[in-house]
Amino acid sequence: MKMIRILAVALMGMAFSSVALADEFTESDLKRWQEQFDGVVKQGRSLWTDGKLGTNGVACAQCHPNAANTHPETYPKFQKQLGKVANLWEMVNWCLRNPLQGQPLEADDAKMTAMLAYIAWERRGVKLEPGKH
Amino acid sequence: MSQTFDRRTFLRNAALGVSASTLPFTLVELAFAKPEDTFTFAYISDSHIQHIKGTQFVRNWDRGLIRAVAETNLLTPKPDFVMFGGDLAQLGNKPELDHGAEMLSKLKGKVYHVMGEHDYYLDLGEYWSKLFGPQYYSFNHKGVHFIVLNSILTYDDWTFNRWPSPEQRMLEMAGLDNPNGSPFMVGDKQREWLRKDLAKVKKSTPIVVFSHSPLQKIYKGWNFWTEDAEQVQALLAPFDKVTVFYGHVHQIQYNQIGNISFTSAMATAWPWPYPQSYAQAEQLLPKLTVQMNRADPFFERDATGWQLIDIHSGRSRVNFNLYNNKGRTVAFDEKTGTPVDSAYQAPESRTPPQAHF
Ligand SMILES: [Fe+2]
Ligand SMILES: [Fe+2]
Repeated sequence: MKMIRILAVALMGMAFSSVALADEFTESDLKRWQEQFDGVVKQGRSLWTDGKLGTNGVACAQCHPNAANTHPETYPKFQKQLGKVANLWEMVNWCLRNPLQGQPLEADDAKMTAMLAYIAWERRGVKLEPGKH
Repeated sequence: MSQTFDRRTFLRNAALGVSASTLPFTLVELAFAKPEDTFTFAYISDSHIQHIKGTQFVRNWDRGLIRAVAETNLLTPKPDFVMFGGDLAQLGNKPELDHGAEMLSKLKGKVYHVMGEHDYYLDLGEYWSKLFGPQYYSFNHKGVHFIVLNSILTYDDWTFNRWPSPEQRMLEMAGLDNPNGSPFMVGDKQREWLRKDLAKVKKSTPIVVFSHSPLQKIYKGWNFWTEDAEQVQALLAPFDKVTVFYGHVHQIQYNQIGNISFTSAMATAWPWPYPQSYAQAEQLLPKLTVQMNRADPFFERDATGWQLIDIHSGRSRVNFNLYNNKGRTVAFDEKTGTPVDSAYQAPESRTPPQAHF
């Protein structure tokens, strides 16, 4: 017990003497996380423009250039056509089934994550308005 | 709240069948218009017929064109001609152009064609020209001088040197938001032709120009843009009455620059978002334009449609026939000297359309 207290005091001393905080992210952490995210966004963009995502050659970008008019900031929201509050991934699946005449993806499918990441990236900076139509 | 109500009203009107039989023809003609000066034509654009394989085509886009053709054929009185505004095909191949041409062949009466980038960049318009003729031309009709331009050309280096195959060149240009694309232009050769063509025309003759891209600069990122727009506008500037119609943007836009009135066409295939809905870029959508309602993806044909245009005294009145919303009319207003929507007025007095995000 006493040992731990001494250690804690010592650590606090270190924290105050140098400017860095105890749990500061390292440069290499930040770099890695950013690279991971950017890579997934890039993958999302390539799926977005890929005519092979569905079965009829139609790509998401054909109706949604730069993922415009997907308004991710308004989800989840009530979709009268689905009769319930829906998440954006459910709408992505709606598009996969209908205009793309393809198969829906699992919510946690890596492809779905990538497309949602791309949509969010193109909409960065817009304030969240969940539920809005 | 009122916006929700408006939308519901639109949908109800659509459900009640605001159809070809009740299309909004011009009821009021200008006092000085001679009856023989008034005529109508239909304007269908951007059908993007898309080949899947064998005899299969994307059903959704087929339906848009089939509907426009059927409704145009129901018009009484018959329009004098039909203008097809370009992007008949999606990737410019023979099956798509043939299938599109076959559907258009059901139209009664004369059909004119404008070249779109989706028709062009596979074989540089070769097969299209076999089917439809020259890529730019002019003709006179009831006192109006009509000009059709191929405005989707671009820098030679991009067209001839940049891509390993015609197929890839077509794919790169087909992506609206593709940063590898290249800005559209009319080009020196055609502008010289235009200058000579216009030299024979009296300044009081009404001029109507068709191009695929807007002959004005709206948003370069999606090629809602023509690189030499100002130079083309300068050639049109000496004339009293000039109207430019363009496709490509898949949405209602209108504008006035000097003496030139601009009006776009909707697509029969799918609507495009207004550039302002892309949060990461500046754009210059004309202030005059009252935007369309945001499309409801659950109605396949929502925010698509075609146009019936009547020309009286050399000025145009464009009736937008939306499939799932109430139709809209944008007509040249002699008082303001600009195109004005007959329902949605100037910002201070207008009923706003549905909010956009
Ligand atoms: Fe188009
Ligand atoms: Fe186009």
